[in-house]
Amino acid sequence: MTALKNLSRQSAPAFELKARMMTLSILRVLSADIANLFRQLDAKIATAPDLFQNFPILLDFEDLPEDAQRGFDIAQLNWQLRDRSFVPVGLRGAGDVLTGIAAGVGIGVIAAAPERVRKQAKSEATQPIATNMLIRQPVRSGQQIYAEGGDAIILSTVSPGAEVLADGNIHIYGSLRGRALAGVRGNTEARIFCHDLDPELIAIAGHYCLSDSIDESRRGTSVQIFLRDESLIIEGLQAQRLETTK
Amino acid sequence: MARIIVVTSGKGGVGKTTTSAAFATGLALAGNKTAVIDFDVGLRNLDLIMGCERRVVYDFVNVINGEANLNQALIKDKRVENLAILPASQTRDKDALTQEGVERVLTELAKDYDYIVCDSPAGIERGAMLAAYFADDAIVVTNPEVSSVRDSDRILGILASKTRRAERNDGRIKEHLLLTRYSPARVKKGEMLSVDDVRDILSIDLLGVIPESKSVLQASNSGVPVILNLESDAGTAYEDAVARYLGEERPHRFITEKKRFLERIFGN
Ligand SMILES: Nc1ncnc2c1ncn2[C@@H]1O[C@H](COP(=O)(O)OP(=O)(O)OP(=O)(O)O)[C@@H](O)[C@H]1O
Ligand SMILES: [Mg+2]
Repeated sequence: MTALKNLSRQSAPAFELKARMMTLSILRVLSADIANLFRQLDAKIATAPDLFQNFPILLDFEDLPEDAQRGFDIAQLNWQLRDRSFVPVGLRGAGDVLTGIAAGVGIGVIAAAPERVRKQAKSEATQPIATNMLIRQPVRSGQQIYAEGGDAIILSTVSPGAEVLADGNIHIYGSLRGRALAGVRGNTEARIFCHDLDPELIAIAGHYCLSDSIDESRRGTSVQIFLRDESLIIEGLQAQRLETTK
Repeated sequence: MARIIVVTSGKGGVGKTTTSAAFATGLALAGNKTAVIDFDVGLRNLDLIMGCERRVVYDFVNVINGEANLNQALIKDKRVENLAILPASQTRDKDALTQEGVERVLTELAKDYDYIVCDSPAGIERGAMLAAYFADDAIVVTNPEVSSVRDSDRILGILASKTRRAERNDGRIKEHLLLTRYSPARVKKGEMLSVDDVRDILSIDLLGVIPESKSVLQASNSGVPVILNLESDAGTAYEDAVARYLGEERPHRFITEKKRFLERIFGN
């Protein structure tokens, strides 16, 4: 009787192996200076601490020259990333030596895309197809919205304690009372547009500004926010319109 | 098929139980078969406010555990026809409520009742989540102060994402704002947020404004839901709110400081 039960339990499928396409964030390593890399990464994390909790990430060495790869301390990169709650899941575009060490510390190896496909992918990357996100309901305290690969368009308000992130621009047609972070993966051209500015924090490509340091005269007005020379500029939308009609 | 209404707030002590008792009584007075359930396991307040604490034999947890059937546990209200109370247990802890158990009780009640009012405990823990999970409507009870409004906002976010309707993509829960303990005099002095402030922050429909009133405490001390006292401002405000919920259009009262003279005479 028990043997029979065990048998049927054993023959029932215990897993499925499936191939799935999914989007994965890529950490493209551009320099062999790990300390500098983490200084910049930490600044980015500070703008959206919750976003990167247990964040799977693919390490890409395609753009790091062969000789720079040779002395690269990938074990160090691995544990420092894990320390910050990233989960490096795979590696691509690295030379044999680096790939070998990576496999040794438990990082999977992803075959580099064939040359032709890779070229195509690159030219596509310069003209990304935006996947925008339209939110009709208020974004409430405790909620987080992330428009991956595009703009976040919010037709209502963003409450205090709520957070909107986008790889592209953020448009808020109600009041912004929470946090808005545009260009979270480094797009310095991203902008925030909002109908009524009263935020806890605004950020573009990691350059942020807290409520306290926002010019009081801008509060409660329609504005756009963008980066100029690494600093956040808040500009009235009304004034702009007057200028252009002049 | 019954409509399930959760009375919720996030913040404690804002008037959920007062509202559940008044609202359920009002729905029953309007001719609807109504059951009101106390989800505040371990505290048990609703039966006191409904004045039936001496008639509790079995409770919600007994029914969930199969120790009693629903009809044994339901207490028929003595004053109002069509109204029944399912009390909470005072002796159990919060974990006694299970999702399957709650669903079973609600499904069985739904066969016989038009409305099921769920009095949620404060917070966003298990009891509050279960009270809200199966709801069709939510009455979000809010006091005109910043922390209460913030908690209501949080609860609204949860209602939009962590309920059965949200999980099944089955349309949204209908959200209603009920502003309670409102005092126009204190709003004027800048000690409280105004109706417009709160509406602006929460951006949901305003079901009613219940004034701060001594009649509420008197009502709960005597175990008579305040809506049965139509001499009182809070009672009439609740009556208006129920009528609005049932589709009537009524102007909002008690938002401005008009009744000064009468207040002086009647004490509130
Ligand atoms: N409109 C009102 N005017 C004056 N007092 C009120 C009013 N509404 C509620 N109260 C008082 O506020 C207190 C809390 O009310 P109640 O028990 O209904 O709140 P609750 O939200 O259910 O609390 P809990 O979170 O503890 O369950 C009670 O003493 C009640 O009498
Ligand atoms: Mg209560």
